[in-house]
Order: sequence, then structure tokens, then C-alpha cells
Amino acid sequence: MRYMTDRQRAVGKGASGTGTEHHWFMTISGVGLAFLVPCFVYIFGSALGRPQAEVIERLSHPFAAIVIALTFLVGMRHFAKGAQSMIEDYAAGTTRKILVIFVYSLSYVLSAATLFALGKMVLMGLMASA
Amino acid sequence: MVQFSLPKNSKIRVGKTWPKPEGAKNTRKFQIYRWSPEDGENPRVDTYFLDMDKCGPMVLDALIKIKNEVDATLTFRRSCREGICGSCAMNIDGINTLACIYGLDEIKGDTVKINPLPHMPVVKDLIPDLTHFYAQHASIMPWLETKTNRPEKEWRQSIEDRKKLDGLYECVMCASCSTSCPSYWWNSDRYLGPAALLHAYRWIIDSRDEATGERLDQLEDPFKLYRCHTIMNCTKTCPKGLNPAKSIAAIKKMMVNRVV
Repeated sequence: MRYMTDRQRAVGKGASGTGTEHHWFMTISGVGLAFLVPCFVYIFGSALGRPQAEVIERLSHPFAAIVIALTFLVGMRHFAKGAQSMIEDYAAGTTRKILVIFVYSLSYVLSAATLFALGKMVLMGLMASA
Repeated sequence: MVQFSLPKNSKIRVGKTWPKPEGAKNTRKFQIYRWSPEDGENPRVDTYFLDMDKCGPMVLDALIKIKNEVDATLTFRRSCREGICGSCAMNIDGINTLACIYGLDEIKGDTVKINPLPHMPVVKDLIPDLTHFYAQHASIMPWLETKTNRPEKEWRQSIEDRKKLDGLYECVMCASCSTSCPSYWWNSDRYLGPAALLHAYRWIIDSRDEATGERLDQLEDPFKLYRCHTIMNCTKTCPKGLNPAKSIAAIKKMMVNRVV
């Protein structure tokens, strides 16, 4: 039992002075993804079901590779920050902190894996064309 | 934090069914949430029947009739009976609204279901505990804050600036909006909720107020302001037809304009 006044309970620890950056990032990354995702779907969709050599040739094209890299990098940052908001809604205390750490780690791992796979494909494409 | 199930002592049971009025031809069924802290029992839903030929047109008329003629123990807040005081806010047929301006004819179906405002501690029957809600309102400094010496006559305001307060000053603090907001349900300890934020915007946008920066500083927080996910329940439910979601969006826009 804590003896707190109603006002004290309402004010809590006060405003943290953050949040706008997160809100602005979600806005601009959302706009960015609105352009990137259709391009990514077109590039990825047009490569689906084709022979490996042709897929590597298509995805190692600079435009395709940059679009895929940007989609995943921006998408994963957007996912991590969005998931953080969701976790803050539904979890509290230590669970909240652990879940936020997990989601951020997952987004970094997925971004790194994507960049590695993409880099490998681009190198394979360059070697094939040389 | 989110709760997926009711605690044991909050599970609602079937309550008493009161007899139908004798000789009535046009009756309507009312299912009303009842809970008293004095008897230690779980909440229950009592069923009442009213003769609609002898009842006023509003939900509050029906509640007053029940209290006067059927069950004097039924407890609810009411005062002005014309949507000005905000006392009789409750959940009627699944909608948070004011019982005094909600017509019985607006309710589809034969049964009228009345509950207290959702996700608030209940004092008794249809009376929610609004202590925290009012404290949150007080925390946004709902008054004119000035630093310039007080003018001899009055703080002047142009007609255009005064118009900016329309759609804001009319809020009667009934709590219908805040208690319809899932973000407020889960995080009301830290999120200010639509009502307090609408009032915050009312003072931020007031041309006479000289504490805009401080007011925005006090709101810049992932929970106090940014827990609003633009669900829009607040705007949909507001019995006064106001738009708290628009006010919150305007505050967010001002926050971004300070940074970018």
C-alpha cells in the first residue's frame, strides 16, 4: 500500500521528454515503405519460380539490390519500433523490457541476415558476369 | 496493463428479476449492472420492466422511474438532465454516453442494457470512481497561464482566435471518451486519455495562454500523449459530438513542428 495523493499518481515521474522522434520516425518510415514495398513485391514476384542463375542476375541488379536492402532495413526498424509500442500496450515491468530487447535483437538479426544474403547474391552475380 | 479476464470478485452474476408493472401493455426490459461495496457480493445484473406509456423518452427518465417506483436502492449520478453537467455518463447498449440525452428509441431491440463506464473502479451500481480521471485533468493545468502583467481590463482575443476554441470548450468531462479508449483501459496509469488531452489542446491553442512550451513539454512522453493510436473510439462515442482524436493529432503535429 502506497500513500500517494491522486495528483501524485496522475503525474507519476513526469514527462520523459521523448516520443516525438519515435512518432516522426514511424511517420516517415511508413511513407518510405509505401513506396518501397510495392517495388519490392514487383522485383521479388518477377523473380519467383525462375532458374537460380536468372534470379541471381535479376536480384544483383543495383536497383533491385538497393530496393531490397532498403525495404528490409527500413521495414525492420519500422517493425521493431512498432512492436515496441505494441509490447508497451500489453506487457509491463520486466516482461516488457525483455520483449522489447528480443524484438530489437530479432530485427537486427533479420536485417544482418538479409544484407548478408543480398551481398552474397550480388557477388555471385558480379562473378557470373565477369 | 491489459487484463484478459475479469478477477473472481468482478465476475457478473444473474441478479433479481423484478415483477412486470400490472396492467401495462407496452413494457420494456431493462438489464442494469448492480454492485454494492457493502454486501461483499459479486456484481449482478438486475432485470426491471417499465410501462413505456408512463415513462419519459430518455434513458435517464427510465432510470429515475425505476429508482422512484421500483427499486430505491438503484444508484446513479445525475444532475442537469440536459447534457451539460456530464454526471450521468454510463454505458448504454454498448455505447458510452449521457443517459439524459440518449433516447430510449435510439436503442435497437427490446432490452436496454445499462452498465457503468467500462474499465473504471465502481463506487456503487452505475457510479464509476473518476478520481484518477479528474487528477489527470488537473495535471494538464486547465487554466489560463500568463507571464505578462495582467492587463487593466481583460486579456483580448481576436474573433479568429476565439473560433479555434470551438469544439474544445464544450467538453463536459463526462469521461465517455477516455473510458471507450482501449489505450486508456490498458495504460490509464500513465496515458492521459482523450478527455485530458482535448483539454490540454484547448489551453495550448488559446491565443492568450503564454505557457505553450511548458504545456507541450509536459505532454512529450511515449505514454502521456503517444499512447494514442488513433483508434477513434473517443470521437465515435462523444455524446457532445466533439473530436478528441483530432485534438490529439493536432498536439502531435505541434510536437513534430517543434523538432522538424
